[in-house]
Amino acid sequence: MAVLTEEQSLLRDAARTWTQEKSPVSAFRKVRNSGVALGYDQAAFAEMAEMGWTGVIIPEEYGGSDFGWLSLGLILEETGRTLTASPILSSSVAAGAIVLAGTDAQKQHWLTKLASGEVVGALAVDEGPHHNPAKVALKAEKAGAGWKLTGKKTFVLEGPAAGLLVVSAKTDGGVSLFLVPGDAKGVAKHALKLADSRGAANIDFDGVEVGADALLGEEGKGGPLLDKILDRARAALAAEMLGSALQAFETTLDYLKTRVQFGQVIGSFQALQHRAAKMFTDLELSRSCVEAALTAIDNDGAEVSELVSLAKAKMGDTLHLVSNEMVQMHGGIGMTDEHDAGLYLKRARAQETAFGGQAFHRDRYARLQGF
Amino acid sequence: MADFGGEATEGFRAEVKRWLKDHFPPALKGGSLLQYMEGPSPRNSDVKAWIAAMGETGWGVPTWPKALGGGGLSKEEARVLAQEMNAVGAWNPIGGMGVMMFGPTLLEYGNETQKQTHIPPIARSEIRWCQGFSEPGAGSDLASLQTKCEDKGDHWLVNGSKIWTSGAQWADWCFCLVRTDTSKKHEGISFLLIDMKSPGVEVKPIRLISGNSPFCETFFTDVKVPKENLVGPLGGGWTIAKRLLQHERAGLAGGGGSMGRGGLFAAPMHQLAKEYVEADEGGRIADDDLRSRITGHEIEARAFQLTAIRSLVESRSNQGPSSATSIMKNAGSRIAQERAELTLEVLGAQGLGWEGEGFNADELAAVRGWLGGKAYSIYGGSAEIQNNIISKRILGLPDPLGSSSH
Repeated sequence: MAVLTEEQSLLRDAARTWTQEKSPVSAFRKVRNSGVALGYDQAAFAEMAEMGWTGVIIPEEYGGSDFGWLSLGLILEETGRTLTASPILSSSVAAGAIVLAGTDAQKQHWLTKLASGEVVGALAVDEGPHHNPAKVALKAEKAGAGWKLTGKKTFVLEGPAAGLLVVSAKTDGGVSLFLVPGDAKGVAKHALKLADSRGAANIDFDGVEVGADALLGEEGKGGPLLDKILDRARAALAAEMLGSALQAFETTLDYLKTRVQFGQVIGSFQALQHRAAKMFTDLELSRSCVEAALTAIDNDGAEVSELVSLAKAKMGDTLHLVSNEMVQMHGGIGMTDEHDAGLYLKRARAQETAFGGQAFHRDRYARLQGF
Repeated sequence: MADFGGEATEGFRAEVKRWLKDHFPPALKGGSLLQYMEGPSPRNSDVKAWIAAMGETGWGVPTWPKALGGGGLSKEEARVLAQEMNAVGAWNPIGGMGVMMFGPTLLEYGNETQKQTHIPPIARSEIRWCQGFSEPGAGSDLASLQTKCEDKGDHWLVNGSKIWTSGAQWADWCFCLVRTDTSKKHEGISFLLIDMKSPGVEVKPIRLISGNSPFCETFFTDVKVPKENLVGPLGGGWTIAKRLLQHERAGLAGGGGSMGRGGLFAAPMHQLAKEYVEADEGGRIADDDLRSRITGHEIEARAFQLTAIRSLVESRSNQGPSSATSIMKNAGSRIAQERAELTLEVLGAQGLGWEGEGFNADELAAVRGWLGGKAYSIYGGSAEIQNNIISKRILGLPDPLGSSSH
């Protein structure tokens, strides 16, 4: 665990207490069983917003606390532990986009609403089954004083709830980003039912008209900006993954200490002990990468992209391993829907896939290193 | 970095600066003890003078007691010393097993006479120590060791053999685990100090797969050892040994990052690959499979490096010991070995040279380094033993029924 400031320690403790008491895995299971299309519990999200978690990366003048991305990571690590589904990550990333490139008016309009939880934000970037932000077919054409967007986006996390969509589009000058209200005319959301039961949607943009003030940053220069936004999303998601992986590991470890076969607890078998030691090792290595990435973002360091891809790739591998071992080491009980192992396994793959899987980030890491 | 030392430390800092200016030979700037070693010890006169100067102040072992030849510094002062040495490219010439492992253990378990006798020469780097632990029949199961030590009234009589005694051919003294009671396993082990010049001590270097001979076999035949050379209580050697091994592993973990460089090219692996394998028009490694494995390796290496930094920062803060420390030895050796294997693969046939023409020095060193590095996951507690330690001490998993490992 990184060396924390007093504020950060308090924040982490509050997040731990709240998730353990108010939002254990059983709460997520209830949301899943209810089949609610949003994929999260609105009352619980309101409580989180009340505690200020939606404003952690938003400047104070817009209703946030400006604690930074490492601090947000501390919260997400705890919500990741209990599989708490909420739009905190998604909204924070949308807010992050506006903090990075928004005009005063855009900040004034959106950030306060995102900080209070009144509006949920989402990033609409991908257009196919694989993360590929460079490939943009959705078109934005000049229409009067504003723009008209036509095309589709896939796998938009928290798409069903989103009141604000940060959309990448092709314009004459290149890639540009737009802030599109979720209820704009011509936006058609198709909610997806995913294996991990979180909220996501495919979204059609059928000649969606927005004003000139919807353009985020400069026209045609959205590529590098999108990279910066995505890096925030990936690092924050990696923190959530760290929490999920840690809990999956600890739950498994508890089982190894209590399940008796052949007259002894199975955790006394070396075949399992050494696999547990490997998982522990990978978790420690992964934590270092995740914390380094979040810290680099807060410090606006030179190596943000490298460290973020490092974190997403390494954390993804570790979560992949731990979630599989969780099922295997639990044996038959791990195959039942009643047990939590399956929930962690399904969430793990969704987390790995979002904003680029291990293969994407390994390749990106290599390119950034020049090979 | 901010310094929270206060005025007292600032006075010390000024003293260190002055002293370094007077005593550190500028010609040695940025070096290391290793690069000046010629067999058992350095011959360079600057290095000898630097060793003598550091030995005089005790700053080579800055926190050991002043009365025993150490620096007698507080942790804060030791940090200031390290910062100032670093600032002028000075390095600590006092090292070896005496400093890393034996000294700290003797300070904890030795009696006054033993400390007075043995600590000051270590602090001055005058006496070299070797470690007599492993035996042909006692490797990972160290506690099954057999070297016999009998009480002959006015002396101990030692018979047996030790293996993997690093530097025994040059050592003056050996700290040794011996069996004083055959009826108990762990409680039958004692910790004994043996003068390597004693009659009956014989040392044979072992030639390794790398062609080097850093280790020896050491034979003890009717070796008489004075009674006062027993450290701690009779039968109390295992406790002392465990403590000493902690010092050893701490040292190895600290060196984990540098394990990766042993005998290998300074250039990043991907650069080597472009040179030896081929690059495509985009300047990337043409062999996709190799490129992806090199990427995987570089990611692991970077994660390890970040963990080493995190572990250091955490243990310096007041959060208590870092849980990351326990993984360092295994992770470090795995990554170093992976690096050596990949380097060889990248070199192709140029990575098969043993000596002579047709190969450059880096290529030859890569081959030797690859072979020598196989030891990383064997010595200081094998990878399997490290996993046992993580399982038991960190994860709290129990011993299997019927096992009696400690």
